[in-house]
Amino acid sequence: MADTRSPQAEVSKADAAAQVTWRSATGRAAAGTRRASRSTRAWRVWSSAAIVAAVVLAVLIVPPLVDLDEQAVHLADKLLPPSLEHPFGTDDVGRDLLLRCVYGLRVSLLVGVVAAVVATVIGTAVGALAAASGGWVDRVVMRLVDVFSSVPHLLLGIFIVAMFRPGVWPVVISVALTHWLSTARIVRAEVLSLRSRPYIDAAISGGASRWRVTVRHLLPGVLPQAGLAAVLMVPHAIWHESALSFLGLGLPTHQASLGTLVQGARSSLLAGDWWPTLFPGLFIIVPTLAIAGLAGAWRDRINPRRRSELML
Amino acid sequence: MLELRSLTAGYDRRDPVVREVSLTVGPGESVGLLGPSGCGKSTLARVAALLHRPDRGEVVIDGEPARGWRHRAPRAQRTAFGVVFQQPRLSADPRLTLTQLIAEPLRATGRGAEAPDRVRDLARTVGLGEDLLTRRPHEVSDGQLQRACLARALVLRPRWLICDEMTAMLDASTTAALVTAVEDYRADSGAGLLAVGHDKVLLERWCDRTVHWDELTRA
Repeated sequence: MADTRSPQAEVSKADAAAQVTWRSATGRAAAGTRRASRSTRAWRVWSSAAIVAAVVLAVLIVPPLVDLDEQAVHLADKLLPPSLEHPFGTDDVGRDLLLRCVYGLRVSLLVGVVAAVVATVIGTAVGALAAASGGWVDRVVMRLVDVFSSVPHLLLGIFIVAMFRPGVWPVVISVALTHWLSTARIVRAEVLSLRSRPYIDAAISGGASRWRVTVRHLLPGVLPQAGLAAVLMVPHAIWHESALSFLGLGLPTHQASLGTLVQGARSSLLAGDWWPTLFPGLFIIVPTLAIAGLAGAWRDRINPRRRSELML
Repeated sequence: MLELRSLTAGYDRRDPVVREVSLTVGPGESVGLLGPSGCGKSTLARVAALLHRPDRGEVVIDGEPARGWRHRAPRAQRTAFGVVFQQPRLSADPRLTLTQLIAEPLRATGRGAEAPDRVRDLARTVGLGEDLLTRRPHEVSDGQLQRACLARALVLRPRWLICDEMTAMLDASTTAALVTAVEDYRADSGAGLLAVGHDKVLLERWCDRTVHWDELTRA
């Protein structure tokens, strides 16, 4: 009896294993990390860290040190393929693409980081206010959050940038104002769960004011989550900047950002010149993946349970 | 005199846990409240400490009715109670060191200057070594953490102590040490005590009188 049953058990075990492998094969870091071996994980973290460090150094050091004008037009050198002199080639008016990519990345990172920080501050404030007040304040605020999230946020972002003259700051405002919702939800949930702990009762009994309970006990408890949400927001904000610029709504076309670079390269792509599209595209994908990889490692470290919630 | 007058309390108005319960603790008296788990005695203790708003009934502290619950209670009324909870792990903020934990009520009430002296005295009273005071809750045992929680409850010199299953998770020697510390404080300050628990032997030895939950609800 036992002999006839054991192969079946083996089969179902194999099925389960196959299912888990399939999940990790989707490439989602969240599903993958549990199965990934220690060395794979370490390799992933270190390569992400190296890329992020290289990117940060490049955008900080290259523009002040290198005396080259990224806007300088050399019509004689237009659409040169990658060579030693121009490692990424040149665009349709002869500007060096490597230099423009670095400048573009600079703008995109600025937008990404500032928008993510602003969005996280707004989200934390709103979430903490809702949860710490409770009652009708909580209900009204969270219904407003629901209303906001029912509108597609790219559409809302387009609406916001359209109210201003094209530039960096309207893009920052647009991305920040459309991305605080998930942070507000996370912070609210976290504060609600902390608020019912006995140590909050003990603080109240010890004479602590509402403000003190919030600042001393509740906010420090949600900071890791909020910080993580901020870091995960950076790549997302970079994509949004690129998308808005690609649609012609973000930065003015002469100013290099990753979105305007890809947009400007569309016409030459049709003529078979691949490099003006490929390199800015890689500049969007690789650093954002690296940032997301680092954030993913951090997320697994601080709280392995809430993975799905933080996949922004 | 701490008077709980026909209190009805719970977490769902239609199905209260505590129904029409009255209990009086005289000045300097220690009362043990016995009852099986889940009967509502912890809820009653939370109401008595002004930490949970009852559906009906009132709490009268030294002749003055409670004027609110939780944050709405005036600070003087809230801090008249020192509360020790059952689970020290959950009742200590994991980010604070034991020194900060014990001093927190002093800082919250604007008396932070007294903190170093008071913390040193209280640590000796409850039997916490100096070396433990710089550690965080996860670096000490349950018993040591409960000693710190008792010190925190005593730091504002409350007139009433509410011990909600204070020793349920502790070994005999720690239990004895904590009960002794509470009794020393009461002898010194004349504070009243409401001790909630299910350990009949302990409460009968510890308190002036014990009340069984059934007697309260039947009355």
